Order: sequence, then structure tokens, then C-alpha cells
Amino acid sequence: MTSTLVTGPSGAGTKSRAARLVDTAARTWRTNLAALPTLAAVVIFIAMIVYGEAAYGRILQYNTISNLLINNAHLVIIAVGMTFVILTGGIDLSVGAVIAFSSVAGLMLANAGWPAWVVIALMIGFGTAFGVASGVLIQFFNVQPFIATLAMMFLARGLASTLSTKPERLSDESPVRSLATKFKVIDGERVNDLVLTPGVLIAVLVIAVGFFVLHRTRTGRTVYAIGGSEPSAALMGLPVVRTKLWVYAISGTLAGLAAVVYTARLGIAQNITGIGWELDAIAAVVIGGTLLTGGAGYVLGAVVGALVLGLMNVLITRDGGIRPEATTIITGGILLVFVLLQRALTARKRE
Amino acid sequence: MTEPSPIVEMQGISIAFPGVKALDNVDFRLFPGEVHTLMGENGAGKSTLIKALTGVYQIDSGSVLIGGQEQHIHGTAEAQSAGISTVYQEVNLCTNLTIGENVMLGHEVRGWSGVNWRATHRAATEALAKLGLGHLDTRRPLSSISLALQQLVAISRAMVTDSKVLILDEPTSSLDANEVDGLFQVMRGLRDQGVAILFVSHFLDQVYAISDRLTVLRNGKYEGEYLTRELDRTALISKMIGKDLEVLKSLGSNRQAEERDRTVTPLVKATGIGRAGSVEPTDLDLHRGEIVGFAGLLGSGRTELARLLYGADRPDSGEVEIEGKKTEIHTPVDGLDHHIAFSTENRRDEGIVGDLSVRENLILAVQAKRGWARPLSRRDQDAIVGKYMTALNVRPADPDRPVKNLSGGNQQKVLLGRWLATNPELLILDEPTRGIDVGAKAEIQQSVAELAEGGVAVVFISSELEEVVRLSERIVVLKDHRKIGEIVNGPDVTAQEVVDIIAAHGTEAALESDIIDPEGKD
Repeated sequence: MTSTLVTGPSGAGTKSRAARLVDTAARTWRTNLAALPTLAAVVIFIAMIVYGEAAYGRILQYNTISNLLINNAHLVIIAVGMTFVILTGGIDLSVGAVIAFSSVAGLMLANAGWPAWVVIALMIGFGTAFGVASGVLIQFFNVQPFIATLAMMFLARGLASTLSTKPERLSDESPVRSLATKFKVIDGERVNDLVLTPGVLIAVLVIAVGFFVLHRTRTGRTVYAIGGSEPSAALMGLPVVRTKLWVYAISGTLAGLAAVVYTARLGIAQNITGIGWELDAIAAVVIGGTLLTGGAGYVLGAVVGALVLGLMNVLITRDGGIRPEATTIITGGILLVFVLLQRALTARKRE
Repeated sequence: MTEPSPIVEMQGISIAFPGVKALDNVDFRLFPGEVHTLMGENGAGKSTLIKALTGVYQIDSGSVLIGGQEQHIHGTAEAQSAGISTVYQEVNLCTNLTIGENVMLGHEVRGWSGVNWRATHRAATEALAKLGLGHLDTRRPLSSISLALQQLVAISRAMVTDSKVLILDEPTSSLDANEVDGLFQVMRGLRDQGVAILFVSHFLDQVYAISDRLTVLRNGKYEGEYLTRELDRTALISKMIGKDLEVLKSLGSNRQAEERDRTVTPLVKATGIGRAGSVEPTDLDLHRGEIVGFAGLLGSGRTELARLLYGADRPDSGEVEIEGKKTEIHTPVDGLDHHIAFSTENRRDEGIVGDLSVRENLILAVQAKRGWARPLSRRDQDAIVGKYMTALNVRPADPDRPVKNLSGGNQQKVLLGRWLATNPELLILDEPTRGIDVGAKAEIQQSVAELAEGGVAVVFISSELEEVVRLSERIVVLKDHRKIGEIVNGPDVTAQEVVDIIAAHGTEAALESDIIDPEGKD
């Protein structure tokens, strides 16, 4: 900090040109410091694509990209929700279990003949309800986010098991499944087509809305302020309580939405669906450069993080030589590298 | 000067916390276009009064009138919409955001596509320009500018809401002299625009430099409202500490003027020891068997200096010699290793462990010094507990009673016993007699005197000047985070003399420490 002590209100203004140039460079560096981990995630993502293309081939082609997007749409959606939570310095461990409950309950209702749009609305609504419950516990009963959402995780998982412990199947004629209808965007050679589903479009919409809320609304700026310093945000007169409730409601709602997208694609749901997905989402957010302590990070980072995880699975499958057991080890390794990178950056900032 | 009607009028404000009456029937007025300083020692109720005004605390009785109308404010946001903004001692901004965002948070300019960042940054620049900060690049992160500038950014944030009342709660505590001047310029500018400024500071010089009016609080009670130019420093100090000047004068020292040979190697010799933002570089000698009092108002740096000696805070300048050998004391463990013990002023939070028994509290420091892997045997424990409970007369004489059930005075004795059990060579006592009854106070003073006779060097810190004067052989006078003088105590030294030194130490008059030596020996 001492190097930028420059200017009292009177202004110092007697610096040499070279010193000013150094200052400008330092400023540019510092201004973009927060974006650096996200940038690193993008670089690693590109590096993975290049390596995959060189080593295994057939990565940069329409059908691989289509599958990557379709198979990870649900993860992207919960990662966006998780970004909101982590930006405030909180955590939401309940999303995986909420997806399980929401999917099982939704499928049972659909099979019982409820109209599709009601089922979809209810699935999303269940997610919102769990999110609001977490938020209320955290905000009004002063429970640690970790514990409150852990409790919600057990509750949701338990409720899902109460409903059914067998895989529930959705008939192929159910209108819910239309959300997974594939449509060709670009017709390539033979099966090499760019194919999307409404699920993917929903994910894209979620990303866009998430970005807008975080960067273009006061609520979004309050999210960042809370992550920077919650007491400061409160003393600045920002609506801290309301915003924190919002954040958990958003995460829960997006978990419900992810349940819709996922069950539409698979047509199957079980009480053990989504085990560990909350951790995948957290990993995606962290790899994407969001600080776990809150206050810095981007929705787009989380998206890249989710795609890094998805692409890694693709590469491991393509390789064939890597045992599937190693997948989690590699995920852990990547995560560790990113956290260490962030550590180094924040330490640098603090001096 | 014709007085306009006050913008803020607080009448008969009382607030009670469990066990404490934080504010007792306090009146306060604030006029547009003035800088009004709230004076009082720590715990006098200044912060409570501010929080009552900004709606952080709810008042039990009394009324708050803003612009002549009674208002009930709940929380910061409501206070802001009533035109009251607060800038706190610790800068309450978000260092992860840019300067412009911090200025405009919650007031961003919005257009059809949400927040219009260009317009928002433009508005931020305008707000900053009003305080002469138009040259700041609002897109830079807040963390890239100095604390002093952050403080000014916080003020411009307050001005975005068109505040009529600006509360500055110890804004200068972490600023250097130039930065304080810059802040004062801004404050005068705002005052001339008709903003009412409520200012809190421990620095008397600053108070006299900037304020038009003073309200003095003491122990949660209203002491009076004065025009700054009509109240001199000595009178102000005696109002703050609540002792009549005549009483201060009549208190003599009971201490005999002993000749102590101060040319021998001191037990502890500190040269230029200091820490940025808390203590300016200070020289200090401490001899065996000598009680050295630290005198000064709360916030003058006396606790901070003691913490440096013990290693509770790490000094960033100067060096310490113990018995002539250069020594690094950077952590409390270093302090303990060199037989330095520090009894904190914050008895409840940093001193005793309320739920543990008297026995456990007494042996805590000895045990910590031995390391937890080697627990004290029951017999050793009993020896320590028996010795100090008797020596210090801890009542009730039940070592297994939780210490929180003891009176404050007895808790303090347990704390003293804890440090004595480590056989310290230097014992630092920060406010050992605060808030305890007269009997226990006398017993503790007695114990301290006996310790010194036994060869321990003692640093004695107290807000009660008479107590310092009575006990100490030498008195180190501190003000505004620096040592401003040292008195060798003698029969005719009085508390008044110390007050005079603190009051006389003006802005430019005495930047160098003037050693005052009434006996003519040093």
C-alpha cells in the first residue's frame, strides 16, 4: 500500500515520469487482480482443450461440445447459485439433497398425472422453500451457514428417502421430458452436429440473469459488499438481512431448476440422486476464481469451473488408461492448485 | 453570534445495559454549521450516545429531535434517510470494491439496463470533488489508497446522501499529522456549507484545533456543554476525569523521595521502541525494585506501550535490552520467558477465565509457561494456590469456586496471583484497581508496594492519577501516543502537576519530550 500513498487532498504531483509509469502499471495489475484467478481458469480450460485435441482428437467438434453442455447444464445452474452464496462469504451444502428431493417428488407427482407445468413450478418451488429455510436459520437464528445448510441437506435427503428409495421413472411421453428434446443448431457431417436442449438454453439464461443481477443491480452490489465486510455493509445502511435471505433463496431456487433440467434429461430420479453435487458446485465456483471468503468472483468463472470439471471427465474417459477412481484425485488436485493460487494472490494484495 | 435552532436535540437520554447504566439522563445539542466535539474518557458513553442517535441502540427514555421533530430511528438506513451519516474509527468500507462503488453503494445511478456504471462513477467523482478529491480514479480498488484517503472516501459517501449531520467517531486515530490537516480542511469546508459535524477524538490538540463547541460526558452522565474557546485544557481534563482542581492540588504524594541509583544497568532498557499507529518511538528504563507509573488519559498510548514491553504487540521499531543484553520480545511467550508478566486492563475478556475455578485461574500462567504436556502436580498446585490466596487475601477462600462468582476486586487479586506465581522480574499492571471497591484497592496497592520492595520492577498503569502519584517512584507521562515527560516522584509532586504537563503539551510547543524533574536530579 505504501507505494500508492501518493495523494493527499493537496496533491503531491511531483513524481517523475518513470515513477508515474510504474504507478500506472501497478494500478492496472492491481485493478485486475480480482479477475486473475478467473482468467487462469479460462487459460486452463483452453489448455485442456488443446491438450485433449492433440492427445485424443475429436474434442473441438460439435458433438463433443454439445454433450459437454447438455451433460453439465444442471451443474452450471447450481454453480451459479453457489456463486451468489459464496460471494457473501457463506456456503450452501444442501443443493445436492434438494435436487434429490425435488426430483423424486416431482417425478411422483408427474406420474400421478399432475400437469407438467404445475410439476415444474412445484419442483422449483421446493428448492426455493429449502433455500428460504436455510436463509431464515442463518439470518434470524444466527446459525452458521455451514450448519444450517448441512441440516437442510440431511432434511431434504431424508424426505427424499421417505418418498421413495427406488428409482422413479418418468414415462417418455411426459411433457416434462420435452425440456430435454434435442434440436439441431448446426448440421455437421454424419453425427457431428451441434445439438442443444431447452435445458442448455435455461442454463444460459440463468448465467445471463445471474450476471445481470450481480453486476447491474443494487442487490448484486450488496452481495459483493457483504462478502467484503458484512459489518461495513450494515453500517453503510445496505439491506444486509434481506440480501442474505435472497442469496440462499436464489441458491435453493436454482437447485430446484437444476432438478427439473436433470430429470428431464435422464427421466429417472432416486433418493440418492445428487450426492456430492454441492461439492462439485463449490469446486466449480472455486476453480472459477471466486474467493471462498467472499467478495470477489464472477458468475462466468463458475461456469468455466463447471465446464473444466465436465471436460476433465470427458478427457479421462477418452484416455481410457486412467482408472475412473483417479477422477476424484485429479479433481482434488486441480482444486488445490486453484486455492493455492488464490492464496498467493490475496497475500500479495494484503501487503 | 445568533444561534439558529439545533438540527439535533437529544433530551434526557438514558440507556441501560445489563448491570450498567451506559447513559444516564444525557442532553446533547448540535447546531448546523458547527463542529461539536463529544469529550469523555473511554467508557464515558460517547459511543453509546452516537449509537443512540444513529439508531443502533434503542433508548430507554428521553427523546431525539431532528430538525425540531421527534424521531424514532431504527438502524443505519433510517438514520441516513433522516440525514445523519456516520464515519467510524475503523473505516467501514469494502476494500474488495472500487473507490467509486464504495462512494455510491446503495445509491448507484440506474438506467433501463440496471446500474449505469458510467453515470455512477461520474457521480462518485462529483461527490469526491466536493472534498477536493476529484483527482482520484474511482475505478481503482479502495485497497489501493491510504487509510487517510479511505477515511475521506467514507466522508464523501456520507455526503452523497446530502447529510445534514455528519458524525465522525475518532476519525483521526490512525492518521498522521498531515493527513489530519487534510481531514480538518475537509471538515471546515463542510461546516461552512452548513453541515453539522459531531466529532469524537482522544487528541486534545485536535479537539482545540477544530471544534467550536464541546459536550463533556463522564461515567455516562452529562457534565456540561461549553464553547471551546471558553474552556481551557486544564479545566476540560478535570471535567473529564471528574476531579475538582482544588482536590487535585491538595493531593500530595506519600512517597518518600528516595535516592535511587539510576546509573546501574536497568532491568529493562527500551530504546526507541514503537509501533506505527499505536505508540511513537519511546525510550524507557525500568529498574529492579522500582514502581514506574504510566500516567495519561485513556487512549494516550499507555496500554499500547505496556503491550509492546510484554510482547502482546510486536514493536516495529527500537530495541529492548534486558540486563544489558539485547533481546527480542515479539510474542507473549518471549515476554514470559524473560520473566515479564502483563496483567491486562480488560479483566473480563482478556484476564480471568470466568468458568474455571480460582485454582485453575491461578495456575494458568505457570502451566502455560511449563507447556501443557507437563501438567502441574496437585501438590504444586496446592502450594501455589495456598500461597497466593493467603498472601493476597482472596475471599471467599474456596479455591474450587468458579472465578466469575467472585467480586471484581477478588478477581483482580486472582489475576495478580496468577502472574506472581510465574515469579516475574517485571510485572506490568494495567488498571489493576479499576472498578473495585476501596478495601480491595488498598490491598492490591499494598501488594504492589511489597513486590517492589522484594526487587520486582513494576509498571503501574491507572486512570486514577492520585493512585499513580501515591505508588510510583517515577511517572512516565503519555499523551497522543507518545511519551511527553517523565517525573521523578517526590513528596511535593501532585496529581495536578501531571495534569499540567498533559494540558501544557500543546501542538507545536513541545514536539520533543521535555523532561520535567522537580527535584533537579536525574
